[in-house]
Order: sequence, then C-alpha cells, then structure tokens
Amino acid sequence: MASNFLAEKGKAILLGNEAIARGAIESGIGFASTYPGTPSSEIGDTFAAVAKEAGFYFEYSVNEKVALEAAAGAGMSGVRSMVSFKQFGLNVASDSFFPAIYAGTKAGFVIVVADDPNCWSSGQSEQDGRYYSRMGHIPMIEPSNPQECKEFTKFAFRLSEKFKMPVLLRLTTRVSHTKGIVRLEKISKGKTKGKFDKNAYRLRNFPPYLMDVHKELHEKLEKLRQISEKTELNLIFNSGKSEIGIITFGASFNYVMDSLDILDLKLPVLKLGITYPLPEKKIKDFIKGLKTVFIVEELEAVVEENVRELAKDVTPQIKIRGKDLLPVVGELNVEKVLAALMKITGEKIEFDLKKHFDLFKKLKIPVRKPMLCPGCPHRATFYAAKAATDSDTVFGGDVGCYILGVFPPLDTQDFVFSMGASEGVVHGIKKVTGQKAIAFIGDSTFFHAGLPGLVNTVYNKSNPLVIVLDNRITAMTGHQPNPGMGKTGMGEDTKSISIEDAAKGLGVRTVKTINPYNVKEMIQTIKEFLNKPETSVIVAKAECRLLTIRKARREGTNLPVFEIDPNRCKGCEACLVQLGCPAITRGKGVCRIEKDLCNGCSVCFQVCPNQAVRAVKR
Amino acid sequence: MKDFNLVVVGIGGQGILTLTNIVAEAAMKEGMDVKTSELHGLSQRGGPIPCHVRFGKKIYSSLVMTGQADLVISLEPLEALRAAYYGSKEKKTVFVFDTWRIIPSSILTQKEAYPSINEIKASLKKFSSRAVALDASDLVKKQTGGVVSTNVYLLGYCVGKKLIKLKKKSIIEGIKKVIPEKYFEMNKKIFELGAGKR
Repeated sequence: MASNFLAEKGKAILLGNEAIARGAIESGIGFASTYPGTPSSEIGDTFAAVAKEAGFYFEYSVNEKVALEAAAGAGMSGVRSMVSFKQFGLNVASDSFFPAIYAGTKAGFVIVVADDPNCWSSGQSEQDGRYYSRMGHIPMIEPSNPQECKEFTKFAFRLSEKFKMPVLLRLTTRVSHTKGIVRLEKISKGKTKGKFDKNAYRLRNFPPYLMDVHKELHEKLEKLRQISEKTELNLIFNSGKSEIGIITFGASFNYVMDSLDILDLKLPVLKLGITYPLPEKKIKDFIKGLKTVFIVEELEAVVEENVRELAKDVTPQIKIRGKDLLPVVGELNVEKVLAALMKITGEKIEFDLKKHFDLFKKLKIPVRKPMLCPGCPHRATFYAAKAATDSDTVFGGDVGCYILGVFPPLDTQDFVFSMGASEGVVHGIKKVTGQKAIAFIGDSTFFHAGLPGLVNTVYNKSNPLVIVLDNRITAMTGHQPNPGMGKTGMGEDTKSISIEDAAKGLGVRTVKTINPYNVKEMIQTIKEFLNKPETSVIVAKAECRLLTIRKARREGTNLPVFEIDPNRCKGCEACLVQLGCPAITRGKGVCRIEKDLCNGCSVCFQVCPNQAVRAVKR
Repeated sequence: MKDFNLVVVGIGGQGILTLTNIVAEAAMKEGMDVKTSELHGLSQRGGPIPCHVRFGKKIYSSLVMTGQADLVISLEPLEALRAAYYGSKEKKTVFVFDTWRIIPSSILTQKEAYPSINEIKASLKKFSSRAVALDASDLVKKQTGGVVSTNVYLLGYCVGKKLIKLKKKSIIEGIKKVIPEKYFEMNKKIFELGAGKR
C-alpha cells in the first residue's frame, strides 16, 4: 500500500481494490466487513491496515453472509458501511442479500462484489455477477480503473443514502488488480456510532407487507433509471457522426479505447458506469443514427440482450454485434476486441497476430502449474493420506491453498465444489457407496461453512474422516486472520476458537490434533480413524510454512534446511515423485534439494527409504 | 513519447510485484500516466506470474498486447521463454533474464526437458531484437548472501543499458518509496551494481 494512502491531497498509485477502500474512507465509512477472496481481498486488507488510524471499525467476518448481515445492521443503525467479497461470496451471502435490499438502509451501504472472468483464482465456476442486480432490484455500478474505483464508490455511497437502499458495486479481476494513479481528496470522518430505531417497521420483512416493498423497489428502479440517464457515469466518448458505435463498460472499456487507438479510429463510445438500471433513453438516442452497434462486455450477453430489446423501438434495422464476435467464456483483452473491431470496420493492422501466434505455438515450453510451497504442511498431510489409503478411498476437496492438491503427484482433491462442501458431498457419497472417504477442509473454511456439514454427518450417522488442515491462517488470499487465531481484523487480541473443541461440541467423539510433520503418526491415525463406525476428525495443525520462515527471518533464527547425500541416494525418486516439492529436483542419477528453495519441513527426510536426506545449516 | 510496455515475469515470491511497483512510482514521478496489472491468489502459489506495466501520456488498459512489449524482464529462464508471446521482431523487444532456474514439477514427473540457456536465447531471438541472459542471482547472492534483490539488480541493468525510458534518479526514488527503509541502502547498492559505472 502507498505510504501516503491516508494523505488528503496529492496523488498515489493505488490498486483498484485499494482505491475502493479509499473511496469508502473519503465517504465517511464507519463500519467495514469482509470475508477474503481473490480478487476482492485487498479491499479488506486495506481497511485492516488503516481502520485504527482512520477511526472506523473493520472486521474479517466468519463468512460472507455474516459479513453482509453485519454491514446491513450498521447501515440500518445509521452508520455508513461497506461489505466486500468475491463472486462466490455473494452466493454465500445471497440469502440475506435480497432481504437486505427489501429492508433498505438509513446510512450509505455499499456491497462490493468482484467477479473473476477467466477463473484466475476461482475454482468453482465462471460466474457473471450482473444477474444479481436484476434479481435483487439493486443498482449496479462498474468502474474501469483505479481513479473510477474511488469516484464511483463515493457516488455509490451518495446514491445509497439518497435512495435508502444498498448499492452493488461490481469489479472484475482486471479492475481490482490494476494499479493506477489516483487523486487523493479530503477524508470525511464518518459516524461510528448510531441508533437502531425499533419503530422502523420496514425492517420486518414479512408478508403481506413484503409485496408493498417489492412494488416500491420497482418504483425506485424507475427513479434510479432517471439518474442513470443523466449521470456523468454514463458518458459518450468521441461523440460525432458515425455509422458504427460501441457500448461498453468496466475493463472492456480500456480494451476498446486501446483498440481504437491502434486502428486510429474515432468511433463514438457509450461508456456505462451504471450498468443497472440501464439508461434506456440514452442508449436509444445513441443507437438511433447508427448502422452498427458493437457491444463489448465480458462473459454473458447481458447488455447486448437489453440493447436488442431497445433497438426494436427505435432502429429495428440496426446491426447488433457482440457475442457473435466475442467469446462468452474467459476474459476479454485488446487482442480479442481489436480482432472483432477489424471485422466490423474492415480496418487492418500491420502486425500479423495469427503468424505471431503460430510462431509461438511452435515453442516447446514445459508447463508450470501453481503448487503448494516448499515445506507446506498440507503436502505432508496429503502424502500421509495417500500412504494410509487404498486407491478407492474418496478425497473430498474444498476451497483454500490445499485446492492445489488437485494436481499430480498429490491428487487429493477428487471433487471441488464450494466453501465447506467437502463434508456435505462426502456425506452423500458415504451414504450410497461402500467407499472410505476423507473430507479435507481448511481452518478458515471450517469456520466459514464447515460447521453445518459436520453437524449433518454426525447427526445423520455417516462415518467419513474429516481432516481439518489447520495452518493457523487464511493463507491463499494473503494471510488474513480467522477465528482460530485469536486476532481480530483490527489486530486486537480476542478469544481463539478451538477446532477440536468445536468438533467435540458437535458430537464428534473421535477427535485428534496431530502435527502433520509427524508423518508416521499421521499415517497411523488416518488408517485407524477410517475404520471407525462414526464421524472422526483429525486437526492437522501446523502453521503455514511461509509464516514460519518469515518469523525466523525477522528474528534472525537460522532454520535448518535439508540436503541429499549423493552417495546414499539410490535415485529411487520416492521424494521427488510422491511429494512434488518445488525444492526437490533430479540430479545426475540422484535427487537433489535446492537449498535456496528448501523451507526445512523434514518430510522428505522421513519419506526417504535410504536415509539419504540430512539436515544442514542454511 | 509512445507508450512504453514492460512485462515482468517469474514465479510467485521472486519480487515481481515489487519490481513493477518501483517502475510505476518512477513513471509517475516523471509526470506520466501509468497502469500496472498483477494477479494474486491461486495463480500466485508457485505458478508463473506475468505482471505488466504501461506508461506514457494516457494509458487505458494495463495489459501489454501480444508482440508489443518494449522490454521483458524475467526472474527465471523458462518464464522468459513463456513470455516470448509478448515480444516481437517488429517491436524490437529486448528480453533480459536471470539464468537461475526453478524447475517446474512437470519436468520432474513427466520427464519433459528443461531447455538450455542457449536454446532459450535462440527461441527468444525470433521474438525480439535481443535476448540477454545474466547470472544475476549468483552475483547478488555473492554480494548479499541471498537472492531477494535479484529483481532490483535486473532493473538496474535495464536502466544502465537504457532499455527502459526512465531516469536512474526516478527509479531510485521509486525504490525508496516501495522498499522498506531498512533494506533501502542495500537495494540501492544492488541497483547501482546492476546499472554499472557510467
């Protein structure tokens, strides 16, 4: 984060996500909550870093549903609030998302959702969050760059307060994770204390009154549409006479402007900042004189379908181009938009993209997949699980760093669904097959959505083994604290919640905490527990190795690393092939450990059948 | 001035983000518009990370287009090859890469071959005007005992050879802004070592 992040003038280079947080701070936020998830995590991390100094409340909530509920509670009590999460977070929160819109808010309440076209960091589905705005009757705002992230956040707060309803701000990976120059303005110190009005009857979402509110929401949408018609957020670039026009928004807008620049064209571009409700009149006026309109949007043809409808009234003969030229799968980029624009306009560029691509395809480049870090405790657990089971045993996957167990040689994620789903799915498999099954779930994920799944397996009498991969942190998203750690999002000490006690409290009788670096004990326990007639839990507890290494570096302690004695190594490659550790490589007929990469976990030392691995000073 | 397109590649943890942040701060210092693109999360764990920096009068997209990089800096040889895509003869792209190899698991488990430095240089020639291989990590390790500052060394080399259109002074100010104070002097030294005496 920029060192001058809290300055009140000048400029700073901010990440889109940081600019969202900055916009909230300039808007006088009093309460912020989140559950981390890429590509949204840095919004919460920024709040965590500055909340104390800037004087507002921030928390990492246990999951997105609770985060949204808490932010709604603050908003209805008159304190400006923001909740942020990734696209799947909105799925988790959706049960309370809709009633929160019906209930409305007293102070500005902004919900930020970050979609991830191309699934850069999303192992569940490639989801287009824009449908939520339509389903929820909630305005949706989409910035294109860091400066807009800040400006549009401020606009969202004003809009929310004016209409007494939450506003949905949608980001995508390339908006969240682009850095750019942002002008810093005055920070407005918001209220952090409010008052809940017990007579605010509209908070009691209950029939038949609910239908009145539903009607009211439709009326609000019409008023919001008037704002959408007039606002500068919906802006025309390169206005002037032309046969071809472009409608776009978000990251796609940048690709359009770059493509026009490359082709040296000045086509009119209607850039949407409010993507719901759409400025229907503005769109109709924009397309009226055109022969062709090109809609550039990532994922589904949402705006394109709307434009098709609108065109019927004003210009039924217009050619509407969009998903006939652009993919519905994956993210867009300049190359894709440029290729489509060349088809529409007949313009050409000198650079031969196809020839270039063909030349590149001829290169032989070994793939490099993301993988667990050297020394990761999850690798130790996965190794033990494979060593302890037959090939028929089901490995239930879940969401966290350990999702990387999906790749060989670990192969310990037979299915991946959603947060906490390892237990639910494994339960169903256990009920209908005779196979043994392990549900792997991380510590943060266990608190997030693992508790109901565990209750269900215990109560409905199935007997999977649940292994909680407790690395004492929410690692994948950037090391945020979770309820097992005893630290709040503002860095204060709090009660740490014991996973072992939680499991026991939920009726699990067979619970054991093991350090996964004790490979033998782990293997034996897994074997034993898989034969139990009831649900069992192993808490595989060892700190994320990156934290251990950083701590050692900070304190100046020298952790040992390991090396392979080439005279003892018989080249069986057991370490190499079974562990898939980035630090272990193939030497001349023997294996080798890259000392600069080794994080000293000792698992290869325990795995080697020839006692060829030994500890040495770094 | 035309927009300058820089791609920085390597593997999560090699200091790619730090390098792009330094360049971005330096570009802002010189009064230019700048955008960078980065990926976090799943893609970060031991996977290849491409970071993009574009600076000039007005920058829209943060992504460097195929074949349009002016400079590609790679912290790892194989990743330089994977980034060949961003370079081209037409654009007179220059590749600068560290020779320190991090072997991907595919090579170990599927017995693919890791190409030699000369093979990589030969392949990159088709996508560039020049490909420079430096034993940067080895050198930095000799100086500091670790490989953490290799990124700054490579940046120093590029600035010294005028491969990046930014002043040495602005880059040093960028380093000051991005790197924690207690490591500043060491990084400045490594940067100047990379830049060479001129």
